[in-house]
Amino acid sequence: MARSDARSAFLFLFPALAAIGVFFFIPVLAALFMSFTDFDIYSLADFSNVRLVGFENYARLLEDPLFWKAMGNTFTFVIFSGPLSIAVSLTAALLLNNKLIKHKGMFRLSFFMPVVTTLVAVAVVWRYVYHPKFGYLNYILSFVGIPAQDWLGDTTLALPAIVLMSVWKNFGYNMIIFIAGLQNIPQYLYEAADIEGATAWDKFRNITLPMLAPTTVFITITTIIGYFQLFAEPYIMTQGGPLNSTLSIVQYMYQEGFRWWNMGYSTAIAFMLFIVIFAGTLVQLAIQKRKGAM
Amino acid sequence: MKNLKIIGLYTALAVLSILTLIPFFWMLAASFMADGKASTYPPTLIPNPFTFVQYEILFTRLRFATNFFNSLLLSVLVTGVSLVFNSMAGYAFAKYRFKGKGMIFNALLSALIIPSQVTMLPLFLLLKQFGFINTYMAIVIPGLANIFGIFLIRQYALSIPDSLIESARMDGATDFQIYRKVILPLATPILITLGIFTFMGTWNDFLWPLIVLTDDGMWTLPVALANLMGEHTKDPELMMAGSVLTILPVMLVFLVLQKYYMQGIMMGAVKE
Repeated sequence: MARSDARSAFLFLFPALAAIGVFFFIPVLAALFMSFTDFDIYSLADFSNVRLVGFENYARLLEDPLFWKAMGNTFTFVIFSGPLSIAVSLTAALLLNNKLIKHKGMFRLSFFMPVVTTLVAVAVVWRYVYHPKFGYLNYILSFVGIPAQDWLGDTTLALPAIVLMSVWKNFGYNMIIFIAGLQNIPQYLYEAADIEGATAWDKFRNITLPMLAPTTVFITITTIIGYFQLFAEPYIMTQGGPLNSTLSIVQYMYQEGFRWWNMGYSTAIAFMLFIVIFAGTLVQLAIQKRKGAM
Repeated sequence: MKNLKIIGLYTALAVLSILTLIPFFWMLAASFMADGKASTYPPTLIPNPFTFVQYEILFTRLRFATNFFNSLLLSVLVTGVSLVFNSMAGYAFAKYRFKGKGMIFNALLSALIIPSQVTMLPLFLLLKQFGFINTYMAIVIPGLANIFGIFLIRQYALSIPDSLIESARMDGATDFQIYRKVILPLATPILITLGIFTFMGTWNDFLWPLIVLTDDGMWTLPVALANLMGEHTKDPELMMAGSVLTILPVMLVFLVLQKYYMQGIMMGAVKE
């Protein structure tokens, strides 16, 4: 039986809720307020310089080509690395879930290694993997006859290079969730399909994929939320370049806020990120609901 | 036919493993190379001559020992403090009845969708008012408690039988004693899981430390590494030694406590 002792409950809750309230919820509200002000480097010296400007920051954002560039880059990044990393995760999970395979632990561990490592450090490593003259990628590609590319120095290749690195870094995480999802599919479904003479592809399409749908929705939402917050990879590997071709929303927010101290403008960028993530999640959930109703 | 399939599967797995691990092999190899030896074509995985000179530079000419210490101290500190805050709150949400419980809990869960970047500017200003910028407090304070941690502990504490709590109460235990002597020992697995997540999260964190730690003596390893990159782009051997140092501790923590980490992923995955 649970106790209805409000005083003790309050004492247990107070430290955490106070910390979250003061250092999370209040800053969220303050950020919302700041996004309607012209808070800048002069306000930093003296708060009385802050003026309310209504929706001016947001209006300016909509006409700011750099903002749209950053949005476009971030969306492109999400649209490519999201599905790609999920596909690689699923492939790895299917391979590892096969009964014919032994030493699963060893393979699983090597696929998982990039997940636990420090993003900044592996981004540094990949900068050299992409080196136009001495990098491993060009070396490997030379075996299949692809000429050396300046991956991070080319405006059309830099973002795909970051996509590739992110897929490498993250696929192991979703792989683990997929493996658990696969193990939850009842074996008799496959046995029944075998009796009907179904091919491997039939079974994958009609049993595996539908049974994994809830797992896939969950993975898609969490993966997309994470990818929208892209920052360290381009910050380390390209600094947003060349020619802003890898500038992300978070990096733009960081530059405006913490390099130029345009803090009102910067919080407006942060809220745009929030709105995008929120909308993306709603869309995902709506798709799941519609599928569930069918 | 079956043998062919087995060979195909193993080949696919082996290729994927090699592709996944090559960056690590190269990082490790290059970190033991002398200046310029990692800039060769074709790239090599054998350091010749084998040398510790890059690590020496990091520790003597640069401040990596300090940065390493900062990372370790902050990760341990944040992990320790947040485990206390989160476990108390998680326990209260699981085992107490009070007005507004459902509402508060749901409000917290909904807030999980707010990206932390939204809070960064006001939080920076707040910490600046307290004089906490460029101090350890700037990392510890925002990490005191977190919603996901409270949620994990609550889920786990729900499975602890009420009868255990009741019998402890019969024996005259106070609320705090029950938390200390009954709940915490039983919740050890989830505390370890959450501890690893927090430790790794703090160790690997970049954007926030980059913002609030401005002095090279205060930097954590990722910030130090990022700044080093700016000046030493042409020294891959040195950069790789720095990367090894940054990655090694989290890798070790993970390898030792893998089981708990994997369980944590699964608990997060079923939170819908």
